[in-house]
Amino acid sequence: MIDKMINLTIDGEPLQVPAGTTLLKAAEKLGINIPRLCYHPNLSIEGACRVCVTQVKGFNHFLTACSQEVWEGMEVQTNSPEIRQARRDIVELLLDNHPRDCQTCERDGNCELQKQAYRLGVRERIFNGARKRIPVDDSGQSVIRTPEKCILCGRCVRVCSQVQGVSNLSQHGRGFHTVVGPANLANMDDSVCIQCGQCVAVCPTAAFLEKDHTERVWEALAMPRDIKHVVVQVAPAIRATLGEAFGLPMGTPVTGKLVTALRRMGFDEVFDTNFSADLTIIEEATEFLSRVQKGENLPLLTSCSPGWVNFLEKFYPEMIKHTSTCKSPMQMMSTLIKTYYAEKKGLDPKDIYVVAIMPCVAKKFEASRPEQAMDDGIPYTDAVLTTRELAWMIKSYGIDFVNLANGEFDRPMGISSGAADIFGTTGGVMEAALRTAVVKLTGEELGPLVFEETRGVTGLKEATLRVNGMDINIAVSNGLTNAKHLLEAVKKGEKQYHLIEIMACPGGCIMGGGQPYPPLDHDPLAPETARIRAKALYDIDAGKQLRRSHENPAIEHLYAEFLGEPNGEKAHKLLHTHYEARMPRGIR
Amino acid sequence: MSHAVANTDNWEAVKAACLEFLPEHIIRYIEQNAKTTHSESQLIAILHMVQSHFGYLGKDQMHSVAQLAQIPFAKVTGVATFYHYFRLQPRGKHIINVCLGTACYVKGADKLAARLMDQLGIQFGETTKDKLFSLESTRCLGTCGLAPVIMVDDQIYGPVSPAEASLILEKYLKKNKGHKTAEASKG
Repeated sequence: MIDKMINLTIDGEPLQVPAGTTLLKAAEKLGINIPRLCYHPNLSIEGACRVCVTQVKGFNHFLTACSQEVWEGMEVQTNSPEIRQARRDIVELLLDNHPRDCQTCERDGNCELQKQAYRLGVRERIFNGARKRIPVDDSGQSVIRTPEKCILCGRCVRVCSQVQGVSNLSQHGRGFHTVVGPANLANMDDSVCIQCGQCVAVCPTAAFLEKDHTERVWEALAMPRDIKHVVVQVAPAIRATLGEAFGLPMGTPVTGKLVTALRRMGFDEVFDTNFSADLTIIEEATEFLSRVQKGENLPLLTSCSPGWVNFLEKFYPEMIKHTSTCKSPMQMMSTLIKTYYAEKKGLDPKDIYVVAIMPCVAKKFEASRPEQAMDDGIPYTDAVLTTRELAWMIKSYGIDFVNLANGEFDRPMGISSGAADIFGTTGGVMEAALRTAVVKLTGEELGPLVFEETRGVTGLKEATLRVNGMDINIAVSNGLTNAKHLLEAVKKGEKQYHLIEIMACPGGCIMGGGQPYPPLDHDPLAPETARIRAKALYDIDAGKQLRRSHENPAIEHLYAEFLGEPNGEKAHKLLHTHYEARMPRGIR
Repeated sequence: MSHAVANTDNWEAVKAACLEFLPEHIIRYIEQNAKTTHSESQLIAILHMVQSHFGYLGKDQMHSVAQLAQIPFAKVTGVATFYHYFRLQPRGKHIINVCLGTACYVKGADKLAARLMDQLGIQFGETTKDKLFSLESTRCLGTCGLAPVIMVDDQIYGPVSPAEASLILEKYLKKNKGHKTAEASKG
């Protein structure tokens, strides 16, 4: 069916758009960016901030461009003096009820409210009314809530319910006294929050931020070398996104520069989480094959995404048995650093400080899990920095990142296959697992490398692969609302999968809650961003010699020298974990 | 090969915990509605029932409503805090409403309110320690001819002088002579 076309004029310029288009989208076609704060392309229309008001002929009140659909013969003004004044008033009123601490705010320079204030010509504080005073909620291990900075746009509320299906946040009270927070305005720590950090990613201001770990990393780096041996590991998704924070075009891989920057900052060893991603594949593929042989606890669910693991424990405790017991690559790497590496170097694990650079906010919580600590309670991972925090540290240090020479990861835990690189995108863990599992199932030395079925950033993908005379049903989901649909179908017996990959964030780690804020002319977390970042990872994979995890010689060596058999006793003790149902249980 | 999901859900435990907090008729209402489409639209009706049963919406009651009706808890508390009608704190046995509408105000409602606050030792929106009285303010009860007016539960009094307000309080105190001791024996 061809969409009916509508003729209208915007600022005197005629144009034709399909029926149902909003004014905001229509104006974008003419290259006019109407200011917006509550609008987000992935979420429902809220119409809360009123910054996108426009003047339409025949109306003596203003219409919001984000919610108003076009009609035949519509005549729109987006930039008249009255409109400019109205928008300025709106932003001035928002600023009146907002802390005046831009210079010391974490979002200085990439705050959307600040940007709109500048753009609309707010040059002085005209209003001087009452301001809400609400304490900061820093109870969570990952997400910090600062309600004073909230402008009530409702993006976090919508992303939490519509994209993640968690519905932890809601607006409480009314009018001036409205506060966004978990049920009953409880602490984030006591809520059903899964710490995925999508609220942080979509927040236009600093009302949601990750828990700061930079201070403890500076401290560790400043310690004498014989007292603290500081080791860093870098997640796959970082190399595809860090460049954005330094003005490089989206999708520029920066693996080499990243390594050099970390060395310059003073880290003693720079390891690659890719190495343990390969290890995860060996462990998980072994687990998968044994479950297929025994025919029990299928489907197998992946467990790399800590946001998803939190969701599992709070919303789907009955699926715990189906979830892989493998630790996430980050925790596998940290465990190896404080056991294998410490042993090899003759170091006391207590003297090693492990820093993980992650695209993820929930990793901070994962690192603090008591069941993932050493026997004496010391965590395997001491600090988790998000991509944003690392970018800030590099800038703070004064490193000219863009012009750095390329470095290489330290050995042996810096060697990795291309399968590990794609862990950072939705479908990547599945593809990496299939590359190894298919080879093991068929017994042939070379299996297929590219599984197109798993690629693309759509929320839900499924396929059936014919392997060795057997049908393997797979499903890949990102964004937990999609995971919900999948799990409900599995529970009802409507679908029979063998292997399911679940990532909490829409698009996978490349769109994680800890990734750089996009340039101010981009909407945060726009689907196009996911495509570009994913392509960077697939390109890195395609350019590598090693493409399958089990071909990684360093991994083979690790098993021979230290771990023994995949899924063996030692591997199980060090590389696997367990989950438990957590009350309060969330709503499905 | 078995793909069946074993029932290791903690739903039964969650449900049992909820059942302790809500009376049977509300649970029955929620369960009946669960089968209809858009059952979540019954939220306000359910909260009304809870408030008329308990006099207010307690945290445990709201959580139970959320779990049983499968509506996000944050949504439930969001709705409950949005409407002035819903109360989140227990109220006293008797609700005293002081009219602060224009006519009553001109006739000295502020002095009346001050006397009641002084005598009860509470502000507007609060409840006495013995849970006997809650003090509220209201705007115009439509009986301006009787200004200044106070309303205790459903009974209107007017015109009321500060001294007469004390008498009215005494009347209700007398009526509830056993109230305190009953509470004390319970505790």
